[in-house]
Amino acid sequence: MDLGTRKILDRSFTAVGITSILLMAAALLVVIVPIFSGGIGAIFFKGTIEHRKLQYNEFGNGDKEVMQRQIEETNAYRSRVFAMLGEFDAELESMEPAESKALRSSYKKVREALAHLFGPLPGDPEPILTRYQYGTTRWEQAEEALHDLMYVSKWDYSDPTQMAKQYFVPRTDDFKGTKLAALFPYMEENLVNMMLPEQTFYWGFITDRSLDSHIFGGIWAEIQGTFFLAVGAMLFAFPLGVTAAIYFTEYAKDNIFTSILRSANSTLAGVPSIVFGLFGLAFFINTIKVSESKSVIAGSLTLAIMILPTIIRAAEEAILAVPKTYKEASLSLGSTKWRTIVTVILPAALPGIITGGIISLGRAAGETAPIIFTAAVSVGATIGLADVFSSPTPALSWNIYNLASEHEAANEIRHVQYGMVLALISIVLLLNLSAILLRARISKKLKG
Amino acid sequence: MQMTAVEKEAQTSAAAGSSNREIFLPPERQRIKDGGTPHVSAKNFSIFYGNFEAVKKVTADILSKYVTAIIGPSGCGKSTFLRAINRMNDLIPSCYATGTLMFDGEDIYGRYTDEVQLRKKIGMVFQKPNPFPKPIFDNIAYGPRLHGVKDKKTLEEIVEKSLRKAALWDEVKDRLDRNALGLSGGQQQRLCVARTLAVEPDILLLDEPTSALDPKATAKIEDLIEELRGSYTILIVTHNMQQASRVSDYTMFYYEGDLIEYAPTKQLFTNPRDQVTEDYITGRFS
Repeated sequence: MDLGTRKILDRSFTAVGITSILLMAAALLVVIVPIFSGGIGAIFFKGTIEHRKLQYNEFGNGDKEVMQRQIEETNAYRSRVFAMLGEFDAELESMEPAESKALRSSYKKVREALAHLFGPLPGDPEPILTRYQYGTTRWEQAEEALHDLMYVSKWDYSDPTQMAKQYFVPRTDDFKGTKLAALFPYMEENLVNMMLPEQTFYWGFITDRSLDSHIFGGIWAEIQGTFFLAVGAMLFAFPLGVTAAIYFTEYAKDNIFTSILRSANSTLAGVPSIVFGLFGLAFFINTIKVSESKSVIAGSLTLAIMILPTIIRAAEEAILAVPKTYKEASLSLGSTKWRTIVTVILPAALPGIITGGIISLGRAAGETAPIIFTAAVSVGATIGLADVFSSPTPALSWNIYNLASEHEAANEIRHVQYGMVLALISIVLLLNLSAILLRARISKKLKG
Repeated sequence: MQMTAVEKEAQTSAAAGSSNREIFLPPERQRIKDGGTPHVSAKNFSIFYGNFEAVKKVTADILSKYVTAIIGPSGCGKSTFLRAINRMNDLIPSCYATGTLMFDGEDIYGRYTDEVQLRKKIGMVFQKPNPFPKPIFDNIAYGPRLHGVKDKKTLEEIVEKSLRKAALWDEVKDRLDRNALGLSGGQQQRLCVARTLAVEPDILLLDEPTSALDPKATAKIEDLIEELRGSYTILIVTHNMQQASRVSDYTMFYYEGDLIEYAPTKQLFTNPRDQVTEDYITGRFS
């Protein structure tokens, strides 16, 4: 191959390489930016007076006097609305039935939107679910509710070749000439006064329990569940994995039995995680009955089996990377094999072993499939350390899926879903970061 | 005739220390009396890597308290022979030995020989300096700790004594708690010698101890061997024939697994009996 062709080939390969890296970086940005901005919204947002009310009543946070004053302030504006509603109710009673019937369905929508904004209206029965006991806690949701109140959604089917188009007509048209007509401009003008939005840092999102299945409150139960599951998995997998790696590198003879073991280990690394989940259910829960039903311990054991091959391989590579001369030096001083392993080889291999361990920990924290059948529940209380042998737990990975797809109010709690994703990503990134730092630190110590 | 020469040498060395190296000593000698006690003796000793015979039926005695150099071209089996003495070859799975190799009346490759106990008495320094990635103190104290010394004061004494013997004490006494990998190559190698001495072995095996060092550091190691002469039985494998002639009392020349010639160093270098030896030491091949 002549020089010209070689240079062209080199250059085109460089171009292809850079392109693929740029594509990857772009993909990462496309994923990370929305997750980050959405997730931040769970902690940093404009909270209404309802948020502060909820926080005080349910979690005991906030300044009671300020809140009382603000409630009075908002009530002054809201009472005007309630008064209008009362007047309109009376008007409705006095109308001809046909006339009132035409208004009733739209009026029902008005009341629904108002109840969504303010919580239960005067005269409504006291709701049982927490989600109906409070108005909207977030300002952007209040604005949406206002929009629902102000406008009627209609569909335009006039062009059969096109998809129907949605358009909005002001609701005030329905109520022209009634006492309720004044409500709409009043609402638009005074919504801020009725909700008092303030920039809010809701750190409690991390540390609070969830309220009414994640409609309100935080994600502590999930974070703690994830922590228990991942750490539990490490407690089982790390000692086992390191022991196996020592066996493979230092004790195993080069025979068929060893190569079968090795390929079994590699195969295990390639098994889909859902299979581990089924295995966990079939073996840990149904066969050896580590617990009556789903439990943290069953989930941890399942995750441990899943991450075991990774730990073994990382530890094996780390041990093999220890210079043979260390081993020779130790043995030549009259050390036993075991003593050499413990005092010389393992300390030198430690950075690699720990890195493998922490990366596996991150994987265990993020896996969903293995815990579906063995440990995870959608809604659950925060569990204590003593409950791990008997209770299942909510966990970030599973609840992200659950809240996004199966929750009855999935649309209203997008911020919680994003918040959970952000929390999970942060946990995994933090673990990986600590692995890097720890590795650097130990390596530095070893290099002197 | 030969025996008398040996006896004469024994007498002179008893009188004038071990400095007398003029006396001829035959390589085939079986038993040599005081001052020339065989410390390690090989009889029809072969080492195999699988089917390959790396050391072929060697019969030789290595004399107590003398410095014996092993020379020969690469792949001639000299390192293999050296590493057989403290059974470091055990690390190579396909390696096995036949014949006998005795150390102080004990069969090194005997069925009931504890290689861990053996290595305590037969220390080794390797080609590349290989200190542990630990503080200097812990490096030296590693051996004594292995063998049960726990008392801090005793350990400190051992460390100082060993480092002094290895002529390293003055250079490192203020930084015993620093990582040994921070030392220079020559210092690291002397540290390895000190680490070996701390176990108080009877024999010191040096496997090309200066091949990774610069001339200055090499000179220090050679001085060190000079210091240790007479207190330990020293075996040194080297590629450097000048070094062999400088430091050793006896020299073994290996070629393709055979022990071609084994004689007092001076004689081997000035008056080799074998043509191959002569070709090698005159640089006709290497």
